[in-house]
Amino acid sequence: MFGRRVFIVALVPLISLAACSSTSESQQQTTLNVYAASSLAAPFAYAGLAYEKEHPGVKVQFNLGASSDLARFIQEGAPADVFASADITNMNKVESQDLLDSQSFIFATTYLEIIVEKGNPLKISSLQDLTDPDLIFVTTNPEVPIGKYTTTVLKKAGVAITPDSFESNVKGIMLKVASGEADAGIVYHSEVIASDGQVQGVKIPTEFNIEAEFPIGIIKNSANKKEAQGFIDYLLSPEGQSLLTQYGFQTP
Amino acid sequence: MRQSPRHRQKLPWPILAIALLAFAFILSPFIGLLWRTPWSKFTDIVVKQEIRDALWLSLKTSLMTAILCVIFGVPLAWLLARVNFPGRRFIRALMTLSMVLPPVVGGIALLYTFGRRGLFGQYLDSWFGIRLPFTTTAVVMAQCFVAMPFLVLSVEAGLRQLDSRFEDVARTLGGSRWYVFRRVTLPSIKPSLIAGLVLAWARALGEFGATITFAGNLPDMTQTMPLATYAALDSNPESALILSLVMVAVAFSILIALRDRWLGRADQGPPL
Repeated sequence: MFGRRVFIVALVPLISLAACSSTSESQQQTTLNVYAASSLAAPFAYAGLAYEKEHPGVKVQFNLGASSDLARFIQEGAPADVFASADITNMNKVESQDLLDSQSFIFATTYLEIIVEKGNPLKISSLQDLTDPDLIFVTTNPEVPIGKYTTTVLKKAGVAITPDSFESNVKGIMLKVASGEADAGIVYHSEVIASDGQVQGVKIPTEFNIEAEFPIGIIKNSANKKEAQGFIDYLLSPEGQSLLTQYGFQTP
Repeated sequence: MRQSPRHRQKLPWPILAIALLAFAFILSPFIGLLWRTPWSKFTDIVVKQEIRDALWLSLKTSLMTAILCVIFGVPLAWLLARVNFPGRRFIRALMTLSMVLPPVVGGIALLYTFGRRGLFGQYLDSWFGIRLPFTTTAVVMAQCFVAMPFLVLSVEAGLRQLDSRFEDVARTLGGSRWYVFRRVTLPSIKPSLIAGLVLAWARALGEFGATITFAGNLPDMTQTMPLATYAALDSNPESALILSLVMVAVAFSILIALRDRWLGRADQGPPL
């Protein structure tokens, strides 16, 4: 076979890397598991770092994905401490099964925007422009919050579009548009900010737009409720609020 | 050649215990699946249009992949097994890379190569107006990319084991290279070819990561059974369970059917 020695040489750094990370983890006393909608990735990454700095001994571990996936994981007993969903429907799935410690509440809102490739080569300026049959439009399944919101916005505007793909979450839409494979998609305004110029946003008029509400809650079975509350408190602190604003969210 | 029929070996009990644990571990998820399956809704769900679409698309694309893997994989295996050229081991490692790579990485690589803005894809688009992502062709490409090495490795092993003197004799008797390949080489490697074909086909049938990344997810176009199962997990978990069960049944029956016919019995040793 292809050099056994090469294989071993390649393995050594991997194993030592794994060993390093496990030792540093064992020095931490607590791991706070935050399950968050993938659209919260950017502000939460910073919030996690800031929280860890203020609370030595706590490590914030994120599980980012479609809110519908995360809600299902929590229903199946995944070890989550905090759940931040991109819509109320998926938070309700968890809440209705009495899996929350206390009632969830809206901590951030945002609105939707059309995204197009950098430079807007197709000169898309309205929802109506998306009906061009040659245009490649991607969204997600309607169970994923962004897919549901997209359907609502298109219905409000009276625009009928046949999507070319149903991605698994909002990041899938971002990848397909940023790489130029798709011409357009609809995502959160915050996502456009976080993309740092990878895609270009096109405004959707307020009369067709919706307010996407992001609820957060602490999981009932959490063993780290104090830390979970601390993380939420950080998000609600002036520092946390300005972080969310900076990433295109509004705070109630 | 063959060992005395089924002489019984006494295994040390710790090994037996570990073997039973492994057996239970591999078997138990299937039992879990059967346990959660809503049998009463089975027929209602199986006849749904989107499930029939996904099943048909999966069969169509995976069979296409299997055929393409044979057409391109056998010559590649032959090249790797029979032709001496510098860096052959390195090339072989490269050719089998996609087998050990996480499929989603393969999907990203395909996207940036054959996508609309990709290395070759941009010319396919601007010169010929061909756009691969979000098409059934892209599904087959993703499947070929991950499945081909299974066929290549299996056929290559078969070619290496083959006594090349048979081919030499056929050549000295006046057979042309093509005739010898067709009438001597191919029949001799039939077991490894079939084994490789089944492995590649099964891998193609189960392909998820590269497909969703490169080809997207659209019913009746790129949504194969694994993608439909994953999508159904959100909208209708009962459908997801039944889709999973259908895939288990298809895969299992193919393995059983092929095993007796072509793969030889277990006590004869597998061709791999």
